[in-house]
Amino acid sequence: MAQVNRRQFLKISSAFLASSAAAGMGWPLISQSSDAQEVLGPDRIVPTTCEICFWRCGVDAYVRDEKVYKLAGHQHHPLSNGKLCPRGNGGHGLLYDPNRLKHPLIREVINGKEQFRKASWEEAISLIAERFQQITDQYGTESIVMFSHGFGASFFKKLFSAYGIHTFSAPSYAQCRGPRSEAFKLTFGHSIGSPEGLDIANSKYLVLLGSHLGENMHNTVVQDFSTALSRGCEVVVVDPRFSVAASKAKYWLPIKPGTDVALLRAWIHILLKEKIYDVDFIEQNAVGLDELWDGVKYATPERTYALTGVPVDQIVQVARDLGRYGSSALIHPGRHVTWYGDDTQRERAIAILNALVGNYRMPGGIIKQEKFTPIQATLNQKKFKPYKGDFPVTRNAGHTFQSKYPFASKIPANEIVNRTISADPYPIKSWFVYGTNLIQSLGDQPGTLEALRKLDFMVAVDVLPAEITGYADVVLPECTYLERYDDLDNRSYRTPYVAIRQPAVSPLYDSKPGHEIARLLSRKMGLSDLFKDEIETYLDKQLKPMGSSLDELKKAGVLKVGETKLYRQPGEVLRFKTPSGKIELASQRLEAAGFDAVPQYQPPPENPPGYFRLLYGRAPMHTFGRTANNRVLGELMPENELWVNQIAGNDMKLKHGEYVYLVNQDGVKSQTKIKIKLTQRIRPDAVYMVHGFGHTDPRLEFAYQRGVNSSDMITSLSIDPIMGGTGMNNNFVTFTRS
Amino acid sequence: MSRKRNYAMVIDTKVCVGCSACVYACKAENNVPEGFCRDWIEEKTEGHFPELTMTIRSNRCQHCEVAPCVTYCPTGSSHYGRDGTVQIDRDWCTGCKACLAACPYDARYIHPKGYADKCSFCQHRLKQGLEPACVTTCPTSALNLVDLNSNDGVFGQLIEGREVLKDKVHAGTRPKLFWLH
Repeated sequence: MAQVNRRQFLKISSAFLASSAAAGMGWPLISQSSDAQEVLGPDRIVPTTCEICFWRCGVDAYVRDEKVYKLAGHQHHPLSNGKLCPRGNGGHGLLYDPNRLKHPLIREVINGKEQFRKASWEEAISLIAERFQQITDQYGTESIVMFSHGFGASFFKKLFSAYGIHTFSAPSYAQCRGPRSEAFKLTFGHSIGSPEGLDIANSKYLVLLGSHLGENMHNTVVQDFSTALSRGCEVVVVDPRFSVAASKAKYWLPIKPGTDVALLRAWIHILLKEKIYDVDFIEQNAVGLDELWDGVKYATPERTYALTGVPVDQIVQVARDLGRYGSSALIHPGRHVTWYGDDTQRERAIAILNALVGNYRMPGGIIKQEKFTPIQATLNQKKFKPYKGDFPVTRNAGHTFQSKYPFASKIPANEIVNRTISADPYPIKSWFVYGTNLIQSLGDQPGTLEALRKLDFMVAVDVLPAEITGYADVVLPECTYLERYDDLDNRSYRTPYVAIRQPAVSPLYDSKPGHEIARLLSRKMGLSDLFKDEIETYLDKQLKPMGSSLDELKKAGVLKVGETKLYRQPGEVLRFKTPSGKIELASQRLEAAGFDAVPQYQPPPENPPGYFRLLYGRAPMHTFGRTANNRVLGELMPENELWVNQIAGNDMKLKHGEYVYLVNQDGVKSQTKIKIKLTQRIRPDAVYMVHGFGHTDPRLEFAYQRGVNSSDMITSLSIDPIMGGTGMNNNFVTFTRS
Repeated sequence: MSRKRNYAMVIDTKVCVGCSACVYACKAENNVPEGFCRDWIEEKTEGHFPELTMTIRSNRCQHCEVAPCVTYCPTGSSHYGRDGTVQIDRDWCTGCKACLAACPYDARYIHPKGYADKCSFCQHRLKQGLEPACVTTCPTSALNLVDLNSNDGVFGQLIEGREVLKDKVHAGTRPKLFWLH
């Protein structure tokens, strides 16, 4: 390969030089300690669970002089296997972020001006309990809703359920994975889970649609992807952008954005027409084959080329490869899949393709994952009864939230926004927001702001002063994951496990762990029966029936058992939790609700002249907007850039490295400027940025006004009529220098 | 008497995704000051849309067998370690930058405290039987520490059937980072 000059690299990644000048002040991190560190080593190593993203890897926190100076992957945790992604490596940047919320805040009008004042916990908690009581008396508990992201929310959910608040929503549904869940449930009777039940490491042929593994940095997935590559897995990447994954691929198909369903339909068409699908598997396990063929009959490669821009020979080649690799081929369903409003149907097409290649519970395909069951219980054939604590539902709400989207199994966050504005069918007067910056995560920012204005009372629990906290009446500072216990992590996985999150150091400032905040609230809300046990006793009681104890888990970090029965046995009769008991290639349920039983192609809106479709994604060292203020992580990527095709950029007279404002199709101008990156690695009709930058709250001193927030530009949401997902990729931008 | 080691690194560019976990892990492990790094990611794209190729690699000191930094160090601070690595004795370093000028790989920087600094293969960890921090954390297992004097066959297994590239061989430095393509 040609020589790469290191100085040139520094320029490419806008790395150290730019950030060091700006980031120097007020930065009390580790660097003050002496260089003897590498000889001294840690005083102790605390195994715990990461929360820099939501994957929940096991990490070892290295502590010396009561400071966490390093984080590494926990050796025995099945999600980390001793390894850790860049974000996890920089977790101490959150712990020692000088801009953290340090004490409770209460909004007050002082001299005619609204501002926050420092408050005591007693005062803040009392105010919340009092206001919740007033709102409940006037409107009922249904007018209080909770938004959350992250599993620290569990204690608040228990508390609020007991109080009669049952409206819980998370942007991880309608703004992220929801369409995938519903599509796989409609097809296979169960969702794909998180961590996904996909056997990527053993796949021999992997198709990624928009999934930019390696830039989207879920530790275990990238480990599996790497294993698959090492074993010779052939990769196909369908992406308007030449992603890192595309650079590893046999085929990169730079598809016209928004036409994925057309491509998937063509592949189904070819598999059926050439009869190269898994005929036996489909015959035994699926219904709706004839309807499926009727639905894709006209989706020929030639027509599909005209729609997608993917050459006919490549469409055909990939379909035949899928047929040839059969059950060891995997069409990855993606993770953040709310793109164009046709997302459930696109995910349905992906589910159908996976069914056709016959990879269900086969090596390299879709696998069955289980929750941790203690070995003793398995040996004795006893049903394992986990200890769930004493959390009765003491009150019901007057109304329960009924989504207008027929297949929404969880509450779409945007629907709460709309109903807060309309007060229909009943008023929503209060939001309790835990760990999610709704301003950046929902899209349709004007709508979110209008809803916030309609509220009587809003509480935000967070670690950092994210934008949403600026709209709260009460802000409660939670301590970071490195300073607290949370519930046990016990999710379904291929090697079932139970892992602990425990404090590596004591809480800094006047911040508190979520469980303690919930406990304080419970006392004031007249629910002192809840949280009787201290957190350590509560965790110990959960671990005892598993044959373990808190003491043991505190040392070990994780308990795990071997791989479960991931794959089906020859001759095993499969049952699916669908109405037919089979895989539903054509969905009667969708048809009955007025939707297409077989996914049909809906053309996306075209670019207005002079505008580029705005696409967004992730960088390996950032988690949405949550890490933009992290000085450790920000050193390598302090801002986002706008990827523009070199030739298209030249036509627009854009210069590489210059800063511009963006204006979208609705005339909305970005609040901040973004740096132009002219590149060959993207189609000429689309631009791309990493999501999570462009913070506008000056309390986030490092992240403030660095880059552009993609959500600012996403004013048009394409709602998925099936489950209410918010398609965000039908927005278009152009550039202005002033 | 233990056998003399000769450490080298084999880096698989086919699986490396350029995530920079190696950079962050190194910085935390070695307390590398803000604005500097001992290892870094290089990314090179060639071709024109849509005919593109891209190479990504994690880079650092090559621990050369004939190291110009050692040759040109006037004080003897830069030296060969007993384990085949190239190390810096901070007490002897005057910060004169001769080694920075001599290094064809641009692997060194001057620490704000006045001495030259660079990748040591985490020598303090090697002594404890641990791998370098970057190798341990790498999610793709692209980084592999090998002992060229060992008979364990690991090096041979890693490079078998692969195209192996070394950087600036013409400089005569006999570098010890091996990139697999």
